[in-house]
Amino acid sequence: MAEQEVVLAVRDLRKYFPVKRGLLARVRAHVKAVDGVSFTIRKGEVFGLVGESGCGKTTTSRAILQLDPPTEGSVQLEGQELVGLRGEALRRMRTKMQIIFQNPYSSLNPRMTVGRMLVEPMLVHGIAKSSQEAQDRAAALLQMVGLNPYFVNRFPSEFSGGQRQRIGIARALSVNPSFVICDEPISSLDVSIQSQIVNLLRRLQRELDLTYLFISHDLSMVRYISNRMGVMYLGKIVELGDSKTVLRTPMHPYTQALWSALPIPDPEIEARRERIILEGDVPSPIDPPPGCRFSTRCPRVMDLCREVEPALAECEPGRWVACHLYTS
Amino acid sequence: MAPLLEVQDLEVAFFTKDGVVRAVNGISYTLEAGDTLGLVGESGCGKSVSVLAMLRLIPEPPGRIMGGRVLLEGRDLLKLPAHRMHEIRGSQIAMIFQDPMTSLNPVMTIGNQIAEAMQVNLGLEHGKAMDRAAELLTRVGIPNASDRLSDYPHQFSGGMRQRAMIAMAVSCQPKVLIADEPTTALDVTIQAQIVDLVKDLQQELNMAVIWITHDLGVIARLARRINVMYAGYIVETGPIQPLFKAPLHPYTVGLLSSLPSLDLTDQDLSYIEGSPPDMIRLPEGCPFWPRCRYRTERCAVERPELDEYAPGHQAACWNVAEVLNQRSSALVSEGA
Repeated sequence: MAEQEVVLAVRDLRKYFPVKRGLLARVRAHVKAVDGVSFTIRKGEVFGLVGESGCGKTTTSRAILQLDPPTEGSVQLEGQELVGLRGEALRRMRTKMQIIFQNPYSSLNPRMTVGRMLVEPMLVHGIAKSSQEAQDRAAALLQMVGLNPYFVNRFPSEFSGGQRQRIGIARALSVNPSFVICDEPISSLDVSIQSQIVNLLRRLQRELDLTYLFISHDLSMVRYISNRMGVMYLGKIVELGDSKTVLRTPMHPYTQALWSALPIPDPEIEARRERIILEGDVPSPIDPPPGCRFSTRCPRVMDLCREVEPALAECEPGRWVACHLYTS
Repeated sequence: MAPLLEVQDLEVAFFTKDGVVRAVNGISYTLEAGDTLGLVGESGCGKSVSVLAMLRLIPEPPGRIMGGRVLLEGRDLLKLPAHRMHEIRGSQIAMIFQDPMTSLNPVMTIGNQIAEAMQVNLGLEHGKAMDRAAELLTRVGIPNASDRLSDYPHQFSGGMRQRAMIAMAVSCQPKVLIADEPTTALDVTIQAQIVDLVKDLQQELNMAVIWITHDLGVIARLARRINVMYAGYIVETGPIQPLFKAPLHPYTVGLLSSLPSLDLTDQDLSYIEGSPPDMIRLPEGCPFWPRCRYRTERCAVERPELDEYAPGHQAACWNVAEVLNQRSSALVSEGA
């Protein structure tokens, strides 16, 4: 795996949103939604990004795709720098990177037929030479995601949540991307449908040789689907490494708490399991605490943690942790 | 002695312009004091509607309670006059909801909202009720509670709002607490706090709890018994251990096995085919048969009733024997 080429390289990515107040709408502060995030994803890999709401997972994904241009930092897709790209140059890169959204009810245009939704991007980006070719490809795409090709003339309202998510997947794949961001692709679906969609995503990844950034708050699903993962807290990655290893032996106290808080559907395991209950809430990203951002809730906090922010450091080969417990 | 709460053949329908939605189709269960019952199922299976009907909170029209009885200590709630029902809600049976922001009054202070329930139900005077409210907020883990009584809901975080709602719900020491997906909108670390809080309060106050969720993990952590619902029916019910270890109904089997297990494999996840049914056009026979791996001809014509297979463990399925058979042969091949 280590020799595989890097598809996505994110370096020190920052995204600040201004907070405006008053009559003149002067900028009073910044929400530091993503505050110095770095990671790489290799070809054919599934990289999981986990964390609680507001930790910056989705902002990271939007900044990578340049949907919200980053405040600082670098994003390279297949060696090409995306930050600062505009117009036609950025549009060309968009065929290589696509996103599957969380909510299949709000992410599909209710007034567009499924066919048009799939055909339009192919024609806009010149993926299909003629309208006939685009329509043939649209039918093939529907089949590939497990839908009847005759559905091209239907509208989103005629489909169930799981079927809509399949349409969202087909739309993302319509321009032949090599890199796909899956932003909580199953969390709005019923339990019995979730595993269908996860299986589909895995099959497509194998068959089309795709690279995924899989964003989720569901640790057990991330553990299942991803090769490597990053854990985010308040705009930073606090732990990064091989998914199975990270969750078998979590090192950062936040990862430990997150894993122990995850309910496991087995009453016997639940009864035996020791749990770390974190106190309080996540602090505001407008005014993050000094030192380590987790220090206000950390059960193993030391004096040092409140003053000096720990850097993400490699503790074992491929295993990165940002915590003073592991820096001697 | 009569059980604390007994639901008998409860049936609820909604009359919409597209047709009759048969949301709850004759469910029965009992709840003892201090017990915890999990109501599990996917969206639209009737789990929330069934408890709203119990509290007579179904909007009529379009909804209508078609039949059944809900006995609280022997009294049928469905027959009580409206003003008597008003007294039961909050004081005898309290409920906490999924989204605390929509169930709290945004223009009333947290303190007043908690105090109001006690002034109405317990007849406390305002000052006394406010003191109690501060104690309750402290109990549910809100720091500097007396300073926060004058806060409005938007000044609280999601987890704190849910705590405030729990404080309000337990303020009159209800006998039954109904929790309708109270942690679904919360992060896992906050969810763990709330689950623990409700468990502690339950023991302190000896409340019975009905916990509605689609999350089998949460249920494993707190319930003693589970009703699995599908298309408005209870399809399986039983004590938590056997139900998780040896589920009888193909729907429960499917739900449990579709979750990624802790011992990792590179295999695909198993899944349930198709989607949940259209509640206006429920299939003939067993509601689950179009998606069922074990279906036989009989399933499409005749609906199975709940049948007992082990003490307290019931399932509504014609092919339980086949489910058990497959499991034991799977165990044998694993062992070999």
